Amino acid sequence: MTILVLAEHDNISLKTDTAKVVSAAAAIGGDIHVLVAGVDCSAAVSAAQSLAGVSKVLVADAALYGAQLAENVSKLVVEIAADYEYILAAASSVGKDTLPRVAALLDVAQISEVIEVVSSDTFVRPIYAGNALATVQSLDAKKVMTVRSSAFDAAASTGSAEAINLSQAIDARTEFVSQSLTESVRPELGNAGIIVSGGRGMGNGENFALLEQLADKLGAAVGASRAAVDAGFVPNDLQVGQTGKIVAPDLYIAVGISGAIQHLAGMKDSKVIVAINKDPEAPIFQVADYGLVADLFEAVPALNNLV
Amino acid sequence: MKVLVPVKRVVDSNVKVRVKADNTSVDMTNLKMALNPFCEIAIEEAVRLKEAGIATEVVVVSVGSKAVQEQLRTAMALGADRAIHIETDEELVPLSIAKLLKAVQEKEQAQLIIFGKQSIDGDNNQTGQMLAALTDMPQATFASEVNVEGDIVTVIREVDGGLQTLKMPLPAIVTVDLRLNEPRYASLPNIMKAKRKPLEIMTVADLGVSLKTHQTVLSVTPPVERKAGIMVSSVEELVDKLKNEAKVI
Repeated sequence: MTILVLAEHDNISLKTDTAKVVSAAAAIGGDIHVLVAGVDCSAAVSAAQSLAGVSKVLVADAALYGAQLAENVSKLVVEIAADYEYILAAASSVGKDTLPRVAALLDVAQISEVIEVVSSDTFVRPIYAGNALATVQSLDAKKVMTVRSSAFDAAASTGSAEAINLSQAIDARTEFVSQSLTESVRPELGNAGIIVSGGRGMGNGENFALLEQLADKLGAAVGASRAAVDAGFVPNDLQVGQTGKIVAPDLYIAVGISGAIQHLAGMKDSKVIVAINKDPEAPIFQVADYGLVADLFEAVPALNNLV
Repeated sequence: MKVLVPVKRVVDSNVKVRVKADNTSVDMTNLKMALNPFCEIAIEEAVRLKEAGIATEVVVVSVGSKAVQEQLRTAMALGADRAIHIETDEELVPLSIAKLLKAVQEKEQAQLIIFGKQSIDGDNNQTGQMLAALTDMPQATFASEVNVEGDIVTVIREVDGGLQTLKMPLPAIVTVDLRLNEPRYASLPNIMKAKRKPLEIMTVADLGVSLKTHQTVLSVTPPVERKAGIMVSSVEELVDKLKNEAKVI
Protein backbone atom coordinates (compact mmCIF):
# COMPACT_ATOMS: atom_id res chain seq x y z
CA MET A 1 0.00 0.00 0.00
CA THR A 2 1.36 3.36 -0.96
CA ILE A 3 -0.02 6.57 0.45
CA LEU A 4 0.27 10.00 -1.11
CA VAL A 5 0.09 13.02 1.18
CA LEU A 6 -0.50 16.44 -0.38
CA ALA A 7 1.78 18.85 1.49
CA GLU A 8 0.34 21.93 3.18
CA HIS A 9 2.75 24.80 2.66
CA ASP A 10 2.98 28.44 1.64
CA ASN A 11 5.99 27.96 -0.70
CA ILE A 12 8.28 29.02 2.15
CA SER A 13 7.56 26.77 5.08
CA LEU A 14 5.90 23.40 5.48
CA LYS A 15 2.88 23.60 7.79
CA THR A 16 2.62 21.36 10.86
CA ASP A 17 -0.61 20.06 9.31
CA THR A 18 1.48 17.98 6.90
CA ALA A 19 3.32 16.27 9.77
CA LYS A 20 -0.06 15.46 11.31
CA VAL A 21 -1.42 14.00 8.08
CA VAL A 22 1.76 11.89 7.84
CA SER A 23 0.86 10.50 11.29
CA ALA A 24 -2.59 9.59 10.01
CA ALA A 25 -0.93 7.91 7.01
CA ALA A 26 1.35 5.99 9.35
CA ALA A 27 -1.75 4.78 11.23
CA ILE A 28 -3.05 3.30 7.95
CA GLY A 29 0.37 1.74 7.35
CA GLY A 30 2.36 1.63 4.14
CA ASP A 31 4.90 3.51 2.14
CA ILE A 32 4.32 7.26 2.52
CA HIS A 33 5.11 9.77 -0.24
CA VAL A 34 4.58 13.52 0.05
CA LEU A 35 3.74 15.74 -2.91
CA VAL A 36 4.93 19.33 -2.68
CA ALA A 37 3.38 21.42 -5.46
CA GLY A 38 4.35 25.08 -5.48
CA VAL A 39 6.92 27.53 -6.74
CA ASP A 40 10.40 28.10 -5.26
CA CYS A 41 9.38 25.76 -2.50
CA SER A 42 12.73 24.10 -1.77
CA ALA A 43 12.57 24.88 1.96
CA ALA A 44 9.17 23.18 2.21
CA VAL A 45 10.60 20.25 0.26
CA SER A 46 13.52 19.77 2.65
CA ALA A 47 11.17 19.99 5.63
CA ALA A 48 8.99 17.29 4.02
CA GLN A 49 12.08 15.14 3.41
CA SER A 50 12.85 15.18 7.12
CA LEU A 51 9.42 13.90 8.23
CA ALA A 52 9.69 10.53 9.95
CA GLY A 53 8.04 7.75 7.95
CA VAL A 54 8.16 9.51 4.60
CA SER A 55 10.12 7.62 1.94
CA LYS A 56 9.80 9.93 -1.07
CA VAL A 57 9.03 13.57 -1.66
CA LEU A 58 7.62 14.38 -5.09
CA VAL A 59 8.35 17.92 -6.13
CA ALA A 60 6.34 19.92 -8.66
CA ASP A 61 8.14 23.25 -8.53
CA ALA A 62 6.77 25.58 -11.20
CA ALA A 63 5.11 28.98 -11.45
CA LEU A 64 1.94 27.16 -12.56
CA TYR A 65 1.55 25.71 -9.09
CA GLY A 66 2.51 28.85 -7.18
CA ALA A 67 -1.00 29.63 -5.95
CA GLN A 68 -1.83 25.93 -5.41
CA LEU A 69 -5.03 26.23 -7.41
CA ALA A 70 -7.41 23.30 -7.08
CA GLU A 71 -8.00 23.28 -10.82
CA ASN A 72 -4.52 22.21 -11.89
CA VAL A 73 -3.10 20.71 -8.69
CA SER A 74 -5.99 18.19 -8.71
CA LYS A 75 -5.08 17.18 -12.27
CA LEU A 76 -1.44 16.82 -11.25
CA VAL A 77 -2.42 14.50 -8.39
CA VAL A 78 -4.63 12.47 -10.72
CA GLU A 79 -1.74 12.07 -13.19
CA ILE A 80 0.36 10.34 -10.56
CA ALA A 81 -2.56 8.66 -8.76
CA ALA A 82 -2.10 5.26 -10.45
CA ASP A 83 0.69 4.44 -8.00
CA TYR A 84 -1.35 5.16 -4.89
CA GLU A 85 -4.09 3.46 -2.96
CA TYR A 86 -4.60 6.39 -0.59
CA ILE A 87 -4.53 10.12 -1.23
CA LEU A 88 -4.57 12.29 1.88
CA ALA A 89 -4.48 15.99 2.67
CA ALA A 90 -5.14 18.14 5.68
CA ALA A 91 -8.70 19.43 6.05
CA SER A 92 -7.33 22.95 5.52
CA SER A 93 -8.60 25.48 3.02
CA VAL A 94 -6.21 24.08 0.39
CA GLY A 95 -6.99 20.42 1.13
CA LYS A 96 -10.74 21.00 1.19
CA ASP A 97 -10.53 22.94 -2.08
CA THR A 98 -8.42 20.38 -3.95
CA LEU A 99 -9.15 16.84 -2.77
CA PRO A 100 -12.86 16.60 -3.72
CA ARG A 101 -11.76 17.50 -7.26
CA VAL A 102 -9.21 14.71 -7.15
CA ALA A 103 -11.80 12.24 -5.84
CA ALA A 104 -14.36 13.14 -8.51
CA LEU A 105 -11.78 12.82 -11.30
CA LEU A 106 -10.89 9.36 -9.96
CA ASP A 107 -14.62 8.50 -9.63
CA VAL A 108 -14.30 7.71 -5.91
CA ALA A 109 -16.08 9.19 -2.90
CA GLN A 110 -14.11 11.31 -0.45
CA ILE A 111 -14.11 10.93 3.30
CA SER A 112 -13.81 14.36 4.89
CA GLU A 113 -12.21 15.32 8.22
CA VAL A 114 -11.06 11.86 9.33
CA ILE A 115 -10.36 11.82 13.08
CA GLU A 116 -9.50 8.15 13.53
CA VAL A 117 -8.15 5.29 11.43
CA VAL A 118 -10.00 2.10 12.46
CA SER A 119 -8.54 -0.17 9.78
CA SER A 120 -7.18 0.10 6.25
CA ASP A 121 -10.66 0.83 4.85
CA THR A 122 -12.61 2.10 7.85
CA PHE A 123 -12.44 5.60 9.27
CA VAL A 124 -14.24 7.77 11.81
CA ARG A 125 -15.45 11.26 11.00
CA PRO A 126 -17.67 13.76 12.78
CA ILE A 127 -21.06 14.75 11.30
CA TYR A 128 -23.75 17.23 12.42
CA ALA A 129 -21.25 19.74 13.82
CA GLY A 130 -19.51 17.04 15.82
CA ASN A 131 -22.70 15.90 17.56
CA ALA A 132 -22.29 12.42 16.08
CA LEU A 133 -19.37 10.32 14.89
CA ALA A 134 -19.81 8.18 11.80
CA THR A 135 -17.68 5.09 11.26
CA VAL A 136 -17.44 4.76 7.51
CA GLN A 137 -16.15 1.84 5.47
CA SER A 138 -14.90 2.79 2.03
CA LEU A 139 -15.73 0.43 -0.83
CA ASP A 140 -13.66 2.39 -3.34
CA ALA A 141 -10.38 1.03 -4.69
CA LYS A 142 -8.68 4.34 -3.91
CA LYS A 143 -9.32 6.17 -0.68
CA VAL A 144 -9.29 9.94 -0.92
CA MET A 145 -9.50 11.61 2.48
CA THR A 146 -8.97 14.86 4.26
CA VAL A 147 -7.60 14.55 7.78
CA ARG A 148 -8.56 16.70 10.73
CA SER A 149 -5.14 17.83 11.93
CA SER A 150 -6.23 18.45 15.52
CA ALA A 151 -6.94 14.72 15.91
CA PHE A 152 -3.39 13.54 15.15
CA ASP A 153 0.05 14.26 16.62
CA ALA A 154 2.72 15.63 14.31
CA ALA A 155 5.27 13.16 12.92
CA ALA A 156 8.82 13.81 14.13
CA SER A 157 11.43 15.45 11.89
CA THR A 158 13.95 12.64 11.98
CA GLY A 159 13.64 11.23 8.47
CA SER A 160 15.61 11.69 5.27
CA ALA A 161 13.45 10.93 2.27
CA GLU A 162 14.68 11.25 -1.29
CA ALA A 163 13.29 14.03 -3.46
CA ILE A 164 12.05 13.34 -6.98
CA ASN A 165 11.18 16.08 -9.44
CA LEU A 166 7.96 15.81 -11.42
CA SER A 167 7.88 17.24 -14.92
CA GLN A 168 4.13 17.59 -15.49
CA ALA A 169 3.18 21.15 -16.39
CA ILE A 170 -0.59 21.56 -16.12
CA ASP A 171 -2.17 24.95 -16.63
CA ALA A 172 -5.32 26.39 -15.08
CA ARG A 173 -7.91 28.85 -16.37
CA THR A 174 -8.29 30.16 -12.84
CA GLU A 175 -6.06 33.18 -12.36
CA PHE A 176 -4.55 34.07 -8.99
CA VAL A 177 -4.97 37.81 -8.47
CA SER A 178 -3.82 38.55 -4.95
CA GLN A 179 -3.72 37.44 -1.37
CA SER A 180 -3.92 39.38 1.86
CA LEU A 181 -2.86 37.46 4.91
CA THR A 182 -3.45 38.55 8.48
CA GLU A 183 -0.14 39.48 10.08
CA SER A 184 0.35 37.84 13.44
CA VAL A 185 3.29 37.27 15.71
CA ARG A 186 1.30 34.84 17.84
CA PRO A 187 1.21 31.08 17.23
CA GLU A 188 -1.16 29.79 14.54
CA LEU A 189 -4.59 28.76 15.83
CA GLY A 190 -4.23 25.22 14.55
CA ASN A 191 -0.96 24.58 16.37
CA ALA A 192 -1.30 26.67 19.52
CA GLY A 193 -1.11 24.91 22.88
CA ILE A 194 -3.28 27.61 24.42
CA ILE A 195 -6.06 29.61 22.76
CA VAL A 196 -7.80 32.65 24.20
CA SER A 197 -11.06 33.25 22.34
CA GLY A 198 -13.50 36.14 22.47
CA GLY A 199 -17.14 36.43 21.48
CA ARG A 200 -19.83 39.03 21.15
CA GLY A 201 -19.41 39.81 24.85
CA MET A 202 -16.15 41.62 24.01
CA GLY A 203 -18.33 44.51 22.82
CA ASN A 204 -15.96 45.87 20.20
CA GLY A 205 -12.69 45.26 18.38
CA GLU A 206 -10.61 47.48 20.68
CA ASN A 207 -11.51 45.32 23.67
CA PHE A 208 -9.81 42.37 22.00
CA ALA A 209 -6.57 44.05 23.14
CA LEU A 210 -7.40 42.64 26.59
CA LEU A 211 -7.36 39.11 25.18
CA GLU A 212 -4.23 39.82 23.16
CA GLN A 213 -2.35 40.87 26.32
CA LEU A 214 -3.44 37.68 28.05
CA ALA A 215 -2.55 35.62 24.98
CA ASP A 216 0.93 37.17 24.86
CA LYS A 217 1.53 36.36 28.51
CA LEU A 218 0.46 32.74 27.98
CA GLY A 219 2.14 32.35 24.59
CA ALA A 220 -1.33 31.68 23.24
CA ALA A 221 -3.17 32.25 19.97
CA VAL A 222 -6.26 34.45 19.79
CA GLY A 223 -9.49 33.01 18.42
CA ALA A 224 -13.05 34.25 18.08
CA SER A 225 -16.63 33.14 17.73
CA ARG A 226 -18.64 33.81 14.61
CA ALA A 227 -20.53 36.59 16.40
CA ALA A 228 -17.26 38.46 17.04
CA VAL A 229 -16.17 38.00 13.43
CA ASP A 230 -19.52 39.01 11.96
CA ALA A 231 -19.57 42.09 14.16
CA GLY A 232 -16.22 43.03 12.61
CA PHE A 233 -14.22 42.83 15.88
CA VAL A 234 -11.57 40.57 14.33
CA PRO A 235 -10.75 39.08 10.88
CA ASN A 236 -12.64 35.94 9.87
CA ASP A 237 -9.62 33.65 9.80
CA LEU A 238 -9.71 33.73 13.63
CA GLN A 239 -13.11 32.05 13.68
CA VAL A 240 -13.26 28.82 15.64
CA GLY A 241 -16.19 26.54 14.89
CA GLN A 242 -17.95 24.17 12.50
CA THR A 243 -17.25 26.46 9.58
CA GLY A 244 -14.07 28.05 10.84
CA LYS A 245 -10.99 26.44 12.38
CA ILE A 246 -11.29 23.21 14.32
CA VAL A 247 -8.86 23.30 17.24
CA ALA A 248 -7.94 21.05 20.14
CA PRO A 249 -5.37 22.89 22.29
CA ASP A 250 -4.33 21.95 25.83
CA LEU A 251 -6.18 24.97 27.16
CA TYR A 252 -9.05 26.89 25.55
CA ILE A 253 -10.24 30.03 27.33
CA ALA A 254 -13.66 31.18 26.05
CA VAL A 255 -14.38 34.76 27.04
CA GLY A 256 -17.80 36.28 26.40
CA ILE A 257 -18.82 33.35 24.21
CA SER A 258 -22.26 31.84 24.80
CA GLY A 259 -21.33 28.47 23.30
CA ALA A 260 -23.60 27.86 20.29
CA ILE A 261 -23.51 24.33 18.76
CA GLN A 262 -21.51 25.68 15.83
CA HIS A 263 -18.80 27.14 18.08
CA LEU A 264 -18.57 24.06 20.30
CA ALA A 265 -18.01 21.97 17.15
CA GLY A 266 -14.69 23.74 16.70
CA MET A 267 -13.25 23.48 20.22
CA LYS A 268 -14.90 20.81 22.33
CA ASP A 269 -11.99 18.42 21.93
CA SER A 270 -9.70 20.85 23.77
CA LYS A 271 -8.08 19.18 26.79
CA VAL A 272 -9.09 21.86 29.30
CA ILE A 273 -11.84 24.39 28.63
CA VAL A 274 -12.27 27.54 30.71
CA ALA A 275 -15.35 29.71 30.30
CA ILE A 276 -15.68 33.26 31.56
CA ASN A 277 -19.19 34.61 31.07
CA LYS A 278 -21.52 36.80 33.04
CA ASP A 279 -24.55 34.68 32.10
CA PRO A 280 -24.62 31.61 34.37
CA GLU A 281 -27.06 29.94 31.93
CA ALA A 282 -24.70 30.20 28.93
CA PRO A 283 -24.36 26.76 27.24
CA ILE A 284 -20.56 27.14 27.23
CA PHE A 285 -20.58 26.18 30.94
CA GLN A 286 -21.85 22.70 30.00
CA VAL A 287 -18.57 21.86 28.30
CA ALA A 288 -16.24 23.96 30.49
CA ASP A 289 -13.93 22.21 32.94
CA TYR A 290 -13.66 25.45 34.87
CA GLY A 291 -16.39 28.04 34.70
CA LEU A 292 -16.31 31.53 36.13
CA VAL A 293 -19.44 33.68 36.18
CA ALA A 294 -18.03 37.19 36.06
CA ASP A 295 -17.83 40.37 34.03
CA LEU A 296 -15.02 39.73 31.57
CA PHE A 297 -13.85 43.35 31.82
CA GLU A 298 -12.93 42.68 35.46
CA ALA A 299 -11.98 39.02 35.21
CA VAL A 300 -9.63 39.22 32.20
CA PRO A 301 -7.40 42.04 33.60
CA ALA A 302 -7.31 40.21 36.95
CA LEU A 303 -6.35 36.99 35.17
CA ASN A 304 -3.71 38.89 33.26
CA ASN A 305 -2.14 40.08 36.53
CA LEU A 306 -2.06 36.62 38.07
CA VAL A 307 -0.59 34.47 35.30
CA MET B 1 -26.79 34.69 -17.83
CA LYS B 2 -28.43 31.75 -16.12
CA VAL B 3 -27.47 30.89 -12.54
CA LEU B 4 -27.98 27.41 -11.10
CA VAL B 5 -28.13 27.00 -7.33
CA PRO B 6 -28.10 23.46 -5.88
CA VAL B 7 -29.71 23.44 -2.42
CA LYS B 8 -30.17 20.93 0.39
CA ARG B 9 -32.80 20.20 3.03
CA VAL B 10 -31.12 19.68 6.40
CA VAL B 11 -31.94 19.65 10.09
CA ASP B 12 -32.37 23.23 11.33
CA SER B 13 -29.02 24.61 12.48
CA ASN B 14 -30.25 25.28 16.02
CA VAL B 15 -31.34 21.71 16.65
CA LYS B 16 -28.94 19.55 18.60
CA VAL B 17 -29.31 16.12 17.05
CA ARG B 18 -29.17 12.88 19.02
CA VAL B 19 -27.85 9.53 17.95
CA LYS B 20 -30.33 6.63 17.84
CA ALA B 21 -29.96 4.07 20.63
CA ASP B 22 -29.07 1.33 18.13
CA ASN B 23 -26.21 3.47 16.75
CA THR B 24 -27.36 3.22 13.13
CA SER B 25 -27.93 6.91 12.49
CA VAL B 26 -29.03 10.15 14.08
CA ASP B 27 -32.65 10.31 15.17
CA MET B 28 -34.48 12.38 12.56
CA THR B 29 -38.05 11.93 13.79
CA ASN B 30 -39.98 15.17 14.28
CA LEU B 31 -36.93 17.38 13.84
CA LYS B 32 -37.38 20.84 12.39
CA MET B 33 -35.99 20.89 8.85
CA ALA B 34 -34.77 23.89 6.90
CA LEU B 35 -32.71 25.06 3.96
CA ASN B 36 -29.03 24.54 4.66
CA PRO B 37 -27.79 27.99 5.84
CA PHE B 38 -25.01 28.09 3.24
CA CYS B 39 -27.54 27.32 0.49
CA GLU B 40 -29.61 30.32 1.65
CA ILE B 41 -26.53 32.50 1.16
CA ALA B 42 -26.03 30.99 -2.31
CA ILE B 43 -29.66 31.72 -3.27
CA GLU B 44 -29.35 35.27 -1.93
CA GLU B 45 -26.25 35.88 -4.04
CA ALA B 46 -27.95 34.52 -7.18
CA VAL B 47 -31.03 36.68 -6.56
CA ARG B 48 -28.84 39.76 -6.02
CA LEU B 49 -27.11 39.04 -9.34
CA LYS B 50 -30.54 38.97 -10.93
CA GLU B 51 -31.59 42.19 -9.25
CA ALA B 52 -28.38 43.78 -10.50
CA GLY B 53 -29.35 42.82 -14.04
CA ILE B 54 -26.45 40.40 -14.39
CA ALA B 55 -28.37 37.15 -14.09
CA THR B 56 -31.44 36.60 -16.22
CA GLU B 57 -32.75 33.45 -14.55
CA VAL B 58 -32.12 31.71 -11.23
CA VAL B 59 -32.82 27.97 -11.16
CA VAL B 60 -32.67 25.99 -7.92
CA VAL B 61 -32.19 22.24 -7.83
CA SER B 62 -32.32 19.72 -5.02
CA VAL B 63 -31.77 15.98 -4.77
CA GLY B 64 -33.79 14.01 -2.23
CA SER B 65 -37.16 12.75 -1.13
CA LYS B 66 -40.45 14.49 -1.93
CA ALA B 67 -40.02 16.59 1.20
CA VAL B 68 -37.26 18.68 -0.43
CA GLN B 69 -39.96 20.40 -2.49
CA GLU B 70 -40.73 22.41 0.64
CA GLN B 71 -37.21 23.86 0.56
CA LEU B 72 -37.41 24.40 -3.20
CA ARG B 73 -40.60 26.45 -2.63
CA THR B 74 -38.77 28.44 0.03
CA ALA B 75 -35.95 29.09 -2.43
CA MET B 76 -38.49 30.34 -4.99
CA ALA B 77 -40.10 32.54 -2.33
CA LEU B 78 -36.64 34.04 -1.83
CA GLY B 79 -36.48 34.92 -5.52
CA ALA B 80 -35.50 31.86 -7.57
CA ASP B 81 -37.48 31.64 -10.82
CA ARG B 82 -38.01 27.90 -11.03
CA ALA B 83 -36.99 24.66 -9.41
CA ILE B 84 -35.91 21.18 -10.32
CA HIS B 85 -36.44 18.28 -7.94
CA ILE B 86 -34.46 15.11 -8.54
CA GLU B 87 -36.42 12.57 -6.59
CA THR B 88 -34.69 9.77 -4.71
CA ASP B 89 -35.19 8.27 -1.28
CA GLU B 90 -31.62 7.06 -1.08
CA GLU B 91 -28.94 8.79 0.96
CA LEU B 92 -26.39 9.78 -1.65
CA VAL B 93 -22.73 10.65 -1.19
CA PRO B 94 -21.61 14.03 -2.58
CA LEU B 95 -20.04 12.38 -5.65
CA SER B 96 -23.39 10.84 -6.66
CA ILE B 97 -25.13 14.18 -6.12
CA ALA B 98 -22.45 15.87 -8.23
CA LYS B 99 -23.08 13.35 -11.04
CA LEU B 100 -26.81 14.10 -10.99
CA LEU B 101 -26.10 17.83 -10.98
CA LYS B 102 -23.78 17.37 -13.95
CA ALA B 103 -26.70 15.87 -15.90
CA VAL B 104 -28.86 18.84 -14.87
CA GLN B 105 -26.15 21.28 -15.94
CA GLU B 106 -25.92 19.59 -19.35
CA LYS B 107 -29.60 20.43 -19.87
CA GLU B 108 -29.56 23.86 -18.27
CA GLN B 109 -26.20 25.18 -19.49
CA ALA B 110 -25.95 27.64 -16.59
CA GLN B 111 -23.06 30.11 -16.77
CA LEU B 112 -22.58 30.26 -13.04
CA ILE B 113 -23.31 27.58 -10.46
CA ILE B 114 -23.42 28.78 -6.88
CA PHE B 115 -23.23 26.27 -4.02
CA GLY B 116 -23.11 26.55 -0.26
CA LYS B 117 -19.61 25.59 0.91
CA GLN B 118 -20.92 22.69 2.99
CA SER B 119 -24.11 21.20 4.34
CA ILE B 120 -24.39 21.30 8.10
CA ASP B 121 -25.51 17.67 8.38
CA GLY B 122 -22.83 15.75 6.48
CA ASP B 123 -20.20 18.50 6.91
CA ASN B 124 -18.52 17.11 3.78
CA ASN B 125 -17.61 20.25 1.87
CA GLN B 126 -17.25 18.33 -1.41
CA THR B 127 -20.17 18.66 -3.82
CA GLY B 128 -19.29 21.98 -5.49
CA GLN B 129 -15.68 20.98 -6.03
CA MET B 130 -16.76 17.59 -7.39
CA LEU B 131 -19.19 19.11 -9.90
CA ALA B 132 -16.42 21.48 -10.98
CA ALA B 133 -14.16 18.49 -11.61
CA LEU B 134 -16.82 16.48 -13.47
CA THR B 135 -17.70 19.43 -15.73
CA ASP B 136 -14.06 20.60 -15.91
CA MET B 137 -15.02 24.09 -14.80
CA PRO B 138 -12.83 26.46 -12.78
CA GLN B 139 -13.88 26.85 -9.16
CA ALA B 140 -13.62 29.34 -6.36
CA THR B 141 -14.57 27.92 -2.98
CA PHE B 142 -15.40 29.71 0.30
CA ALA B 143 -16.37 32.98 -1.41
CA SER B 144 -16.90 36.11 0.66
CA GLU B 145 -17.29 38.39 -2.37
CA VAL B 146 -18.39 37.65 -5.95
CA ASN B 147 -18.18 40.10 -8.85
CA VAL B 148 -19.32 39.20 -12.36
CA GLU B 149 -18.14 41.38 -15.23
CA GLY B 150 -18.88 40.19 -18.74
CA ASP B 151 -17.76 36.58 -18.88
CA ILE B 152 -15.29 36.88 -16.01
CA VAL B 153 -16.05 36.28 -12.35
CA THR B 154 -13.75 37.62 -9.65
CA VAL B 155 -14.05 36.00 -6.24
CA ILE B 156 -12.56 36.87 -2.87
CA ARG B 157 -12.09 33.65 -0.92
CA GLU B 158 -11.73 33.03 2.79
CA VAL B 159 -8.57 30.97 3.18
CA ASP B 160 -6.54 29.92 6.22
CA GLY B 161 -4.63 33.00 7.25
CA GLY B 162 -6.60 35.60 5.32
CA LEU B 163 -8.23 36.35 1.98
CA GLN B 164 -7.37 35.38 -1.57
CA THR B 165 -8.67 36.82 -4.84
CA LEU B 166 -9.17 34.62 -7.91
CA LYS B 167 -10.44 35.44 -11.39
CA MET B 168 -12.13 32.85 -13.59
CA PRO B 169 -13.74 32.72 -17.04
CA LEU B 170 -17.41 31.62 -17.08
CA PRO B 171 -18.89 29.06 -16.89
CA ALA B 172 -17.58 28.57 -13.37
CA ILE B 173 -18.49 27.23 -9.97
CA VAL B 174 -18.49 29.28 -6.77
CA THR B 175 -19.11 27.90 -3.28
CA VAL B 176 -20.11 30.47 -0.70
CA ASP B 177 -18.96 31.18 2.82
CA LEU B 178 -20.91 32.71 5.70
CA ARG B 179 -19.84 36.28 5.18
CA LEU B 180 -20.81 36.63 1.52
CA ASN B 181 -24.17 38.19 2.33
CA GLU B 182 -27.08 38.37 4.75
CA PRO B 183 -29.93 36.27 3.30
CA ARG B 184 -33.36 37.94 3.18
CA TYR B 185 -36.55 36.56 4.65
CA ALA B 186 -39.35 35.36 2.41
CA SER B 187 -42.33 37.72 2.53
CA LEU B 188 -45.86 36.34 2.64
CA PRO B 189 -46.79 37.57 -0.87
CA ASN B 190 -43.61 35.98 -2.20
CA ILE B 191 -44.40 32.71 -0.44
CA MET B 192 -47.82 32.76 -2.15
CA LYS B 193 -46.28 33.58 -5.53
CA ALA B 194 -43.71 30.80 -5.12
CA LYS B 195 -46.52 28.25 -5.07
CA ARG B 196 -47.25 29.06 -8.71
CA LYS B 197 -43.65 29.01 -9.93
CA PRO B 198 -42.66 25.96 -12.01
CA LEU B 199 -41.22 22.96 -10.18
CA GLU B 200 -40.04 20.16 -12.42
CA ILE B 201 -39.70 16.67 -10.98
CA MET B 202 -37.20 14.19 -12.38
CA THR B 203 -35.90 10.82 -11.33
CA VAL B 204 -32.37 9.52 -11.35
CA ALA B 205 -33.37 7.32 -14.29
CA ASP B 206 -34.71 10.34 -16.24
CA LEU B 207 -31.28 11.88 -16.04
CA GLY B 208 -29.67 8.69 -17.31
CA VAL B 209 -27.09 8.64 -14.54
CA SER B 210 -25.92 5.34 -13.06
CA LEU B 211 -24.74 5.61 -9.49
CA LYS B 212 -22.37 3.39 -7.53
CA THR B 213 -22.27 2.54 -3.85
CA HIS B 214 -19.05 4.04 -2.52
CA GLN B 215 -19.21 3.55 1.21
CA THR B 216 -21.12 1.97 4.06
CA VAL B 217 -21.78 3.70 7.35
CA LEU B 218 -21.03 0.98 9.90
CA SER B 219 -22.20 2.93 12.92
CA VAL B 220 -23.08 6.37 14.19
CA THR B 221 -22.16 7.03 17.79
CA PRO B 222 -22.40 9.98 20.12
CA PRO B 223 -19.10 11.76 20.80
CA VAL B 224 -17.38 11.04 24.11
CA GLU B 225 -19.04 13.09 26.83
CA ARG B 226 -16.77 15.50 28.65
CA LYS B 227 -16.68 14.96 32.37
CA ALA B 228 -18.61 17.56 34.28
CA GLY B 229 -16.66 20.67 35.09
CA ILE B 230 -16.67 22.84 38.16
CA MET B 231 -17.58 26.45 38.73
CA VAL B 232 -14.94 28.58 40.41
CA SER B 233 -15.83 31.65 42.41
CA SER B 234 -12.87 33.91 41.70
CA VAL B 235 -10.07 34.59 39.26
CA GLU B 236 -7.56 33.55 41.96
CA GLU B 237 -9.21 30.16 42.31
CA LEU B 238 -9.28 29.76 38.53
CA VAL B 239 -5.56 30.48 38.18
CA ASP B 240 -4.80 28.17 41.09
CA LYS B 241 -6.77 25.32 39.47
CA LEU B 242 -5.14 25.87 36.08
CA LYS B 243 -1.67 25.88 37.63
CA ASN B 244 -2.00 23.14 40.22
CA GLU B 245 -4.88 20.90 39.20
CA ALA B 246 -4.99 20.99 35.40
CA LYS B 247 -1.31 22.03 35.13
CA VAL B 248 -1.90 23.78 31.82
CA ILE B 249 -0.29 27.14 32.61
